[in-house]
Amino acid sequence: MTGFHTLLYKELLRFWKVGFQTVLAPMVSTLLYLLVFFHVLEAHVEVYPGVAYTTFLIPGLVMMAVIQNAFANSSSSMIQSKISGNIVFVLLSPLSYQAIFFAYILASVVRGLLVGLGVYLVTLIFFDIPLQLPLWVLLFVILGSAILGALGLIAGIWADKFDQLAAFQNFIILPLTFLSGVFYTVHSLPIGWQYLSHLNPFFYMIDGFRYGFFGISDISPYISLTIVAICLLAISILAIRMLKTGYKLRF
Amino acid sequence: MLPAIEVKQVCKHYGNLRVLSNINLEIHTGEFFALLGPNGAGKTTLISIIAGLSLANSGSINVMGHHVITQYQQARRNLGIVPQELVFDPFFTVRETLLIQSGYYGIKGNAHWVDEIIERLDLTDKANVNMRALSGGMKRRVLVAQALVHKPPVIILDEPTAGVDVELRQTLWDFIKQLNQDGHTIVLTTHYLEEAETLCNRVAMLKEGKIVALDSTQNLIGKMTLGKSIRLRLLPDTLPSTLQPLQISHNDGVYELRIENYAQVESILSSLRATQCQIVEMHLQQPDLEDVFVSIMKESGNLSK
Repeated sequence: MTGFHTLLYKELLRFWKVGFQTVLAPMVSTLLYLLVFFHVLEAHVEVYPGVAYTTFLIPGLVMMAVIQNAFANSSSSMIQSKISGNIVFVLLSPLSYQAIFFAYILASVVRGLLVGLGVYLVTLIFFDIPLQLPLWVLLFVILGSAILGALGLIAGIWADKFDQLAAFQNFIILPLTFLSGVFYTVHSLPIGWQYLSHLNPFFYMIDGFRYGFFGISDISPYISLTIVAICLLAISILAIRMLKTGYKLRF
Repeated sequence: MLPAIEVKQVCKHYGNLRVLSNINLEIHTGEFFALLGPNGAGKTTLISIIAGLSLANSGSINVMGHHVITQYQQARRNLGIVPQELVFDPFFTVRETLLIQSGYYGIKGNAHWVDEIIERLDLTDKANVNMRALSGGMKRRVLVAQALVHKPPVIILDEPTAGVDVELRQTLWDFIKQLNQDGHTIVLTTHYLEEAETLCNRVAMLKEGKIVALDSTQNLIGKMTLGKSIRLRLLPDTLPSTLQPLQISHNDGVYELRIENYAQVESILSSLRATQCQIVEMHLQQPDLEDVFVSIMKESGNLSK
């Protein structure tokens, strides 16, 4: 095994050992959202013609679960290692900055996908969800979770304390997720809000992801793909730069 | 010969606080080297900079000829660090911890060596126990083991015996001595100066971020003129008047006389013979590293004022 494989294995093992909390619990909470929205809104809302609200909602909720867990994985791993001090074992090793980056990001992608897939499979038991373009689904879920994994790494490196990380999560990640069209299509919004939504990179992740299921989207999936890819690139460059300069890691 | 560690003009400050000023230090391969100094002298900072955990503001460091920044991968492969803090990853067992650590170095099939270190550090019973469940001494052993997974030629131990019981201290030193005999360069910091004195060939003393002494342990102690003395119990209990100028103290019938070198012992003995004085008890007192340490720290303290 190379250093990269080892760190990836360690990161996977870390969340897998507490899988009840890192995989099962978020699945349950996502399914609870679904249950509540299904009960309240199913009969009243139709977002796309001929698509039931719950059917519309499920891909959004799956993506939300993916986003939150991808972020949670890298950010909590990093801040726990920093606070308990065991990050030195990684910092003392000859692991390259890129290897550290990719190991953390890939572990985040795996956890995001695992939770997302879990939610999706459970909903399949109760609902009939089309899956028109599975490759688009896969593409967006991987890119989306990678972006959040990288953001989590940045947040974990930046935060000195758990409450700073919680602030990052509650004031940046959560609003961007909720206002990205998880629960609605942005076309239903007033024009000002629509414009604002287009500044939110999470909007493109979810819109593109949903396109894979229904073949319909608010904007062209190619535009979404381009924007999401550029975002991933920019955030990755920032994260690798932080690792390379030792920002808040090597004092 | 290639120095194991070469520190050139290293300076480090945090804001206005100068932690290291212009450190120059060369540690030879195969040496058993001690880095001594009071708390806050900059020992751990220097070690952190050598390890790449901390970045110097200026100056450069090579480990086995590899620059610690530009050739960080080669430098770190040559270096094993035992950190001062008892850090551990609570998700894993001892064996997992060691296998993961050796994986970071990209070493394939290292299970055999990992098992050997586990055995040599007396961790066999604890190999499959979670790190959280270990006592402080056991955690310390795992830290030592972790620094050795990649068989580094240079090993730095930052206060390895702080808060460790006598038995483990002995085991640990025997093990480290063995490593040194096998050709590893050892650098350690400790506040137990008698440990440094018995183990180390060479010593650097740090104070307020500066090296205030750098020499072989023997030379440092040898240079001490102060602190050598001879203690005598005499019959009759009277010191000949010729020897009275040398007297430091007279307690419970024991005279302590100051001497500058051991040649003086002969003249003291002949003075005693001349007065028919009988020696009941005699001890030669010589300074140890602790005396050297205290005197150097005092001296350099006066200099800086």
